[in-house]
Amino acid sequence: MGSAQAHSIVEPGRLSKRVAVVLVALYALFAVVPMAWIVMTSFKTTEDAIAYPPKVVFDPTLEGYVHLFTNRSRQTEEYMQDLPPAEHWWQEIVREDNMVITGPSRFADRYLNSLVIGFGATFLSVFFGALAAYAFSRFKVPLRDDLMFFILSTRMFPPVAIAIPVFLMYRELGLNDTHLGMIILYTAVNLSLSVWILKGFMDEIPREYEEAAMVDGYTRLQAFVKVVLPQAKAGIAAAAIFCLIFSWNEYNFAILLTSGNAQTAPPFIPLIIGVGGQDWPAVGAAATLFILPAVIFTVLLRKYLLAGITFGAVRR
Amino acid sequence: MTQVSLKAPAIRRLGGGTGPRQRVRGLSDRALAFYFVLPSLLLLLAINIFPLAWNIYLSFTNYRANMPGFPVRWVGDLNYARLLGSEDVWAAMQHTAHFVGWAMLIQVILGFGLAWLLNRKFKGAGLFITLIALPMMLSKAVVGTFWTYIFQPQSGIFNYIVNFFADVGEFTMLGNADLAPWALILVDTWMWTPFIMLIVLAGLRSVPQDLYEAAEVDGASSWRQFWTITVPMVLPFLMLAVLFRSIECFKLFDMVAELTSGGPGSATELANIFLKRQAFETWRTGYAAAFAVILFVTTFGAANIYVKFWTKVKER
Repeated sequence: MGSAQAHSIVEPGRLSKRVAVVLVALYALFAVVPMAWIVMTSFKTTEDAIAYPPKVVFDPTLEGYVHLFTNRSRQTEEYMQDLPPAEHWWQEIVREDNMVITGPSRFADRYLNSLVIGFGATFLSVFFGALAAYAFSRFKVPLRDDLMFFILSTRMFPPVAIAIPVFLMYRELGLNDTHLGMIILYTAVNLSLSVWILKGFMDEIPREYEEAAMVDGYTRLQAFVKVVLPQAKAGIAAAAIFCLIFSWNEYNFAILLTSGNAQTAPPFIPLIIGVGGQDWPAVGAAATLFILPAVIFTVLLRKYLLAGITFGAVRR
Repeated sequence: MTQVSLKAPAIRRLGGGTGPRQRVRGLSDRALAFYFVLPSLLLLLAINIFPLAWNIYLSFTNYRANMPGFPVRWVGDLNYARLLGSEDVWAAMQHTAHFVGWAMLIQVILGFGLAWLLNRKFKGAGLFITLIALPMMLSKAVVGTFWTYIFQPQSGIFNYIVNFFADVGEFTMLGNADLAPWALILVDTWMWTPFIMLIVLAGLRSVPQDLYEAAEVDGASSWRQFWTITVPMVLPFLMLAVLFRSIECFKLFDMVAELTSGGPGSATELANIFLKRQAFETWRTGYAAAFAVILFVTTFGAANIYVKFWTKVKER
């Protein structure tokens, strides 16, 4: 197939590989710098965060994180001098700016809400999704293709079009601003993803496995639980992580349907900017803590990214 | 519904009775299929179809969600007539078209380019793919929030970098009606280029290598190989990626809400931002519902035509 140094697409030459590495690395830099910048900002003081030219080298502080988790009030110098010595390092940090901590902020609650709603919705959508996917994969369900397309098409609905009636419906049912309401909603939104991904994975498991198990005396249901589900582990993990990331990141429904009790972190984080001027380190801290799980899951999931983003249409 | 649910146990009894010795253990396959698909369908009916139908009904009324006692009147196609005659609606559609068009074009070029480079299989490609993919797994609302920090006119790192390369002085990306739409496109590109890249990369990897080898033997230039082998083979993948992406772009709300909330003026008022303002700020629920129907029909219709076209390309 030609001489060794011949330039061919089949085996790219050394030079072309080198050029490719450089260009891809440049783009990767563009992808990573904004994220790295926000993480850096979370460790700056408020002054350093708005310094120009932007500071790359700075004295790291946890001020942003303390601000994120607390409410503070500004006091006079005299008041500050009369205070007993600070008991904790976080009190120390805010006292430098003549402030005292008046209580915890609502961020921890919002974060917890995100976790509860995220995991609740993920569990339910993967559970129901796995059942439906198995049925679509193995049985002659009437109108199967139409149903599958219908399930996918629910993703095309503009969120606000659903949000208006859901808002009214939830108001009637008393589900507005409740964890249960949000879990049900996110479960429904995630179902399309979970059914499609899992059907793709289950289609690839040979039917012979279950048939053999059923010959051995398993019922169909037992075969599904004990043979098919373990074989579909990878698909279940991929579907679960994608559902979790979706619920974790969701904002449109959260901002329209929650306001206090069940509010998740995404509608809350932008509000931090407003509290006490432009507190960018606190915003950075919130963003850092919030994107951390998504980053970890992306790294864990990297093999299945493709299956996840294409609803299982492209699996490798 | 009741009719069908009565059927299931009947089938089971039948299944148990017909085979002389071969009694079906557990639920019959048809019953199982029914019970497995049912919860998902019910959930989608309750949270997607019912709200959608309600939304369509509301679109023919003068309903206002903030005035529960207000008499609801059937107004026929008045909302639709008003919408189609409104300059704001056309402006919002124009902004959306501008955004979707440019974002798609830039992301396709960058995404294809990156995939093409990554397909050279150099060392470390996997790491670069993960790094580049990270932004798309983050919350759009949080991304919007921290890019407002990056775009800060006095202290933002974006302005610093632009001034480093071209001395343009102080400027504001988000506060300028000419620049703000491009700020949206830039952030969307930062976030979603990896989506196209991943899918195109899967397409490139699916091209059988012997096609290139055969072309090489025939003496086809790399340029010719690219246009006669690579492009046609990858096109179905690319088109799928563009379909998913344009639906998402068309629906975009959260990122814009946090970056510009439609401003300055209405320069970045995309369709869904306009919709949310009508529905939850001016509380013209019926009017907003009509706009939601128009958006849904547009997306759904366009997606259907596109899928038909895509199927043709795929089968070629």
